[in-house]
Amino acid sequence: MKRTFEAGWFFIIPVIICVSFTAILPLMTVVNYSIQDIISPERRVFVGTEWFRSIITDQELRAAFVRQLLFSTATLCIEVPLGIGVALCMPRRGAFSSAALVLLAMPLLIPWNVVGTIWQLYSRPDIGLLGHTLSLIGVDFEYARNPLHAWVAVLLMDIWHWTPLIALLCYTGLQSIPEQYYLAAEIDGAGKFDVFRYIQIPKLRSVLSIAVLLRFMDSFVIYTEPFVLTGGGPGNSTTFLSQYLSQLALGQFDVGPAAAFSIIYFLIILLISFILYNWMRTLSAAT
Amino acid sequence: MSTRIPVNLVLENVEKRAQGDVHIHSVTMKLVPGEITVLLGATQAGKTTLMRLMAGLEAPTSGKIFVDERDVTGVSVARRDVAMVYQQFINYPTKTVAENIASPLRIARKDNIDRAVRDVAERLGIEQYLQRFPGELSGGQQQRVALARALAKNASLLLLDEPLVNLDYKLREALRIEFATLLGGRDSTVVYATTEPSEALLLGGYTAVLEKGRLLQYGPAQDVFRAPKDINVAAAMSDPPLNVIELDVLGNEHRFVREISSVLERAPSDRTTIAVRAYNLHLTPRPGDLGIHAAVVADEFTGADTLLRVTSEIGPLVVQCSGVHRIASGTQIELYLAPREIYVFARDGRTLLYPTGEPA
Amino acid sequence: MAKIELKLAHTYSTAADPSPEDYALVQLDLTFEQGGAYALLGPSGCGKSTMLNIISGLLRPSQGRVLFDGKDVTLLKPSERNIAQVFQFPVVYDTMTVGQNLAFPLRTRRIEPRKIDARVSLIAEILGLSSDLNLVAANLPADMKQKISLGRGLVRDDVAAVLLDEPLTVIDPLLKWQLRQKLKEVHRELNVTLVYVTHDQVEAMSFADKVIVMSHGKVLQVGTPEELFEDPHHTFVGTFVGSPGMNFVEVQVRGGELFKGDNLIGTAPDLVKGETSSALKLGVRPEHVAIVADQTGVEAKLKRIQSLGGYHLLTVDLYGQEIFVRTDRADSLSEPDAPLRVDMLGPYTRFFKNDVKLPLGGHL
Repeated sequence: MKRTFEAGWFFIIPVIICVSFTAILPLMTVVNYSIQDIISPERRVFVGTEWFRSIITDQELRAAFVRQLLFSTATLCIEVPLGIGVALCMPRRGAFSSAALVLLAMPLLIPWNVVGTIWQLYSRPDIGLLGHTLSLIGVDFEYARNPLHAWVAVLLMDIWHWTPLIALLCYTGLQSIPEQYYLAAEIDGAGKFDVFRYIQIPKLRSVLSIAVLLRFMDSFVIYTEPFVLTGGGPGNSTTFLSQYLSQLALGQFDVGPAAAFSIIYFLIILLISFILYNWMRTLSAAT
Repeated sequence: MSTRIPVNLVLENVEKRAQGDVHIHSVTMKLVPGEITVLLGATQAGKTTLMRLMAGLEAPTSGKIFVDERDVTGVSVARRDVAMVYQQFINYPTKTVAENIASPLRIARKDNIDRAVRDVAERLGIEQYLQRFPGELSGGQQQRVALARALAKNASLLLLDEPLVNLDYKLREALRIEFATLLGGRDSTVVYATTEPSEALLLGGYTAVLEKGRLLQYGPAQDVFRAPKDINVAAAMSDPPLNVIELDVLGNEHRFVREISSVLERAPSDRTTIAVRAYNLHLTPRPGDLGIHAAVVADEFTGADTLLRVTSEIGPLVVQCSGVHRIASGTQIELYLAPREIYVFARDGRTLLYPTGEPA
Repeated sequence: MAKIELKLAHTYSTAADPSPEDYALVQLDLTFEQGGAYALLGPSGCGKSTMLNIISGLLRPSQGRVLFDGKDVTLLKPSERNIAQVFQFPVVYDTMTVGQNLAFPLRTRRIEPRKIDARVSLIAEILGLSSDLNLVAANLPADMKQKISLGRGLVRDDVAAVLLDEPLTVIDPLLKWQLRQKLKEVHRELNVTLVYVTHDQVEAMSFADKVIVMSHGKVLQVGTPEELFEDPHHTFVGTFVGSPGMNFVEVQVRGGELFKGDNLIGTAPDLVKGETSSALKLGVRPEHVAIVADQTGVEAKLKRIQSLGGYHLLTVDLYGQEIFVRTDRADSLSEPDAPLRVDMLGPYTRFFKNDVKLPLGGHL
């Protein structure tokens, strides 16, 4: 493999520079902060694992972690079946299929803070469609004051925002099933449920592993939308991990613990993603 | 076409491993320059991998490749003078046929591109499609465009990876005959991969038999056909399949065994493997033939030959006769075989005796 | 089991009065007898897949009818017609085992489990899948998967016909032979009507009792493989069947003799003695061209010998035209450009006027 990559190196130097500045150097900085107490640029004290220890025992962090887990699990459990269902309902061919695709993709195109704002307005009991409708039925929907209502609002928002992604991925997966499979099933006398169970789901498994992985990682670091919608409130009932982290780092300037937790956060995501990925891989390999 | 010296391609102990599997086991081969070499083997035998190594699309895990005595191991394909045609008709869909054929010439910045394009198109019978797009053409025409592009490049090494496999039967037949004339020009070294022994024989030139990543034999096609080194090569070069018969020779008083005792002289004394090609079993006797009692199981007329599947006193056999022979299932027939047409193999599969009657 | 009759034509054009070229299937009247093995043979685009799709119900003919045992099924969907179809690539339920795959069409029809088991064992036995019933279908090789596809069609004993659309496309050449034998065994044991679409004349000829040769939407000839080989009704059939196909030489009759241009070929047989047409062709298969030693026959030049084991294929130049000759012995021939004499007039020589075999009124 002697002289194969010569010109290639030149092409990736710009990329190396960009990635260094945007990712590698900041990462090094975080590591730096996490093991030192930086009182001022000149006074740095090496504290080793002290920040790590303090952050792990932090009660508020643990609460935020639990909330985060709850949120990610809830969204996955609802969005995945819903996404599959939507994909199944979408037309496979014809003029409507393009229109359906466009409609489906719209929520994905909206900037995330706008998403938060939309749902904020939407949830208001006085002028919001959702809020007002609920109050007409007799439910006193107050997302700013009632933690349960705040959770419902945040969950609904995430489902509205991200189910289309799962639906689109499943739709592509379904499209890749050759027509002959449906034909053979018809000839075999299979009903709709049989088709779903024996033809569609097996083909979807590999697509779903990507979808689940993406959604998990994204939801675990979610920040903008809930921040805009509820600000983390009422109280801290909808404060998830990344919001807590930024509160710590930028609100309280506790950069040490924040940096320490960032690293732990990163490792947690890496670990869970790795487990999820391998689990999904064995599932699709078994089919 | 400019005169060109065909390339001298040598592979030395070339091995290719990927993800723990060995795809090519230590192949050493000196391709005869200016000739067609057919890589013959089943799917997954390693033909495509070997071609890619020859082209420079992949580098061998170990071993060396020499072109005209220069070590080119690891040199990428862009630096080598290679043209390749694939099974799937690969053309630039957004360029016209003329532009497709011209593309390698433009990259090499040759002059007189239009002339060269016309010439090649005429040789392949597609000059009336020069202004069309590949998508508008039939499969056979698209493959001719791909071939034209490869020929236009006038590379000293031309590789074709089962180029006819996705075409209709009759088109395959027609193109195969054309290939024999198109590629036999002797001014480039051609390597052609296929799974069909008949293509190896029709194209002539040299045949390299591959099985599971190993080179079993390399030589002139007729030699490999008539004098296979071992039973695997003999079987690979047979279509319909070779009739392989296991004989218990020791103390065997069976008439057949006695009649071929001279043939079995050099064979192991207890159990031996012999083989007979389907077309060497006849329905009518010739002088010197010995007879085999058989009963027909099925007859199959393939449009040129009749294949008879029979059970016989020496086991199940396939017989190939030219023309139409309709024999009902269950009919008792007599098959005739000249003893000198029998292959004898050693226990390890090596050929001990060829049908010329000469020892291996 | 059913007798299938097609009395139809089909065009994809939506014009009120389509021209003849628009017809994917020109008006035809075909009968597939119960229990027969048929092959639809022709090049890509000849209409054979269209015909198969009309039989299966995937396509409705623009005019005419499809009858199963006399019953008009033209408007019925595939699942209502009791046919089974095997496609170019294997279609199996990946998550089920081989046995479950085979049992599936019977389970959906709520046949009782014991009968299902019996039938599945029978079919598995015929197809050679008995020892593999518990394997999961997903990772099996292509030929086994095709057997499973075929098995699912055969497992219903009331199936009218099994339609196979180029089923050996993805199968290794060595295994193709074995699968073809399997299909014939299946046909013998179950006596089910099989319709097989292919462009490969070897597949068609070796499989079918009757071959239907098609070109450009027209049925050119229906006959047994031998009939197509020895007695083609159309030059297309002569070319398409046989490997290589029939040689065609344009000839003229003058004064009771056959000429190719200015060159004498031989005495004109009685059949064509009086022919004055300029569109007369002599057709003779490479197998039936004799190489003669003495002054009989016609002078020609040997251009190429290819030795294919059981026979030799000679490319011969006959007054500027290339013809092929198949012969068993080539001992006297060795160099290209060597002169030799060939005799093309024999019991299997046919004559064609305007591409149709003489005597006229040949096809269908």
